[in-house]
Amino acid sequence: MYVQAASGIGKMTTTIRLQREPFDTAKEIAALTRSRTDIGAVATFTGICRTDENGESITALNLEHYPDMAEAEIGRHIEAARQRWPLLGVTVIHRYGRIAPGEGIVLVVTASRHREAAFAAAEFLMDYLKTRAPFWKQVEKPGGKTGDKIWVEAKASDDTAAERWGGR
Amino acid sequence: MKVRYFAWVRERVGKTEEDIDPPAGVATIGDLVSWLARQGEGYAYAFENPNVVRSAIDKRHVRPDARIAGASEIAFFPPMTGG
Repeated sequence: MYVQAASGIGKMTTTIRLQREPFDTAKEIAALTRSRTDIGAVATFTGICRTDENGESITALNLEHYPDMAEAEIGRHIEAARQRWPLLGVTVIHRYGRIAPGEGIVLVVTASRHREAAFAAAEFLMDYLKTRAPFWKQVEKPGGKTGDKIWVEAKASDDTAAERWGGR
Repeated sequence: MKVRYFAWVRERVGKTEEDIDPPAGVATIGDLVSWLARQGEGYAYAFENPNVVRSAIDKRHVRPDARIAGASEIAFFPPMTGG
């Protein structure tokens, strides 16, 4: 899934991709900033699969998602970020399927003229992705049979993080 | 209308999606949850704690008091854990 607006000076470029495959952060930054000299700041956030969850070691994460809604929901939050900060570009990539420790799960890239907007928008988008984008993580334990897969529980701290941005 | 289930709600119900035709009087998401919970053991288990299950109408998050008239796709799922 791919949404791309026309690029150019002062225009905002938006890319949303939901994919099974790993992503390349450097390549995504390059794609967002190519042929543009108005961007002065790029911030990225990468969520990475750890080797442990709640103190127990895991062999992989499996992510289920609601494809159409995930894309729509991410798009709505990008639009909210754009209304709040002077952004020149946003890329959000969220993976689904099986993800091994050390691999990226989610990538947010934000571009603006100055760093404040880029940093803040990346944090804002991540806080909302955690609590509002329809993805569900399941952990695979070592020696895993199907029965050993466990759904990750939502954290209250993630709700608190999203709430601090105020009434959405 | 079409109903879709995700993650452990899907596992408990035992279906990814289905077409349903709830009786008149099932007006809101909350009514629909109560009705679904009476449709069998899997449904009862999925909706045993209705405050935990989240819902969406036509790919937008909604609260239990949202009206379902005119909805083409309703989804039920646990709190989200992406990112």
